[in-house]
Amino acid sequence: MMELVSVPPFERFYEENSGLVLAQLRRMLGRQAAEDAFQETFLRALRAYPTLKHGRHLRAWALTIARNVAIDGLRKPRADGSLPELTAEDSPSPHAELEHLTDELPPTERAAVVLRYGYDLPYADIADALGSTEDAARQAASSGVRRLRKRRTE
Amino acid sequence: MTVPTALDARFRDAAAAEGLLDVAYDLVDTPVGQLLVAVTDRGLCEIQYDPEPEREAEELARIFGVRVLRSPRPTDETRRQLDEYFARRRRDFDLPIDLRLAREFGRTVLAELARVPYGELTTYGALAAKAGRPRAARAVGTVMNRNPVPIVLPCHRVVGSTGALTGYGGGLDRKRTLLELEGSLPAA
Repeated sequence: MMELVSVPPFERFYEENSGLVLAQLRRMLGRQAAEDAFQETFLRALRAYPTLKHGRHLRAWALTIARNVAIDGLRKPRADGSLPELTAEDSPSPHAELEHLTDELPPTERAAVVLRYGYDLPYADIADALGSTEDAARQAASSGVRRLRKRRTE
Repeated sequence: MTVPTALDARFRDAAAAEGLLDVAYDLVDTPVGQLLVAVTDRGLCEIQYDPEPEREAEELARIFGVRVLRSPRPTDETRRQLDEYFARRRRDFDLPIDLRLAREFGRTVLAELARVPYGELTTYGALAAKAGRPRAARAVGTVMNRNPVPIVLPCHRVVGSTGALTGYGGGLDRKRTLLELEGSLPAA
């Protein structure tokens, strides 16, 4: 019989996952942008929290929300057209370079390429982050790569 | 990784400010020890002596909903009034109270308890009579023992018919301290 795991008080969920979430956001966004994304991540978690049916996989759930928030941040066009700032300790990083190279891709393809090749995330996670299926995530990444190749040869 | 204090505090404030919490709580230092103070959108729902926050968060989550978070801002007003009370600058608390932790008879009795003035004493029997069940002194004792918001609802002002202090959820020493503070017992 499957063990029944009840949803813990939010305080415990937050205490157990906040450090990990912040670490992931810093890797993805850099120190500064990670702070806003951190708050947004836990506010989103708080809004969805009463709908949870059980307390299993909460860590994966928290990290998925964090990735969604980070991707929203990466997608958001900045007023000056710049990319999210990356602090010294985060660069040079493959994802920073990729983000430049992928600037002109459609948002979903760009996110898929950056997450796959910049952050080395598995397609299952990318699918979670994009809110799509694993197949769709794989397709988005490969058509993004095709588009980049084509642009290089033009 | 440890979350920097300022970032942590900012989230805890924002969670409350956005109205996303079922219960906000914090720990408050007073002359009768550290208290856990918990607040819902309806008002103060709990004051606990000798708090065990983790266990208490579970309990609060079961009754009020799982969005229980330590968040100081919503408890500020209670903290302020407690500080004034212990500094003898306040006799009556002016706080909305959420009595969902009490049962029906308990609520009736606690409503009567709220009328017992600062510096005065009453008895379990007298309180039972006021609540419409003159023979329920013992049940009133149980209600006092389970009072979700001691100090603010002054169960320390209730004593036995002989004048003995009888008992107190937070321990007799605290009952004595509170009554001395209010001037209804000579200081030891």
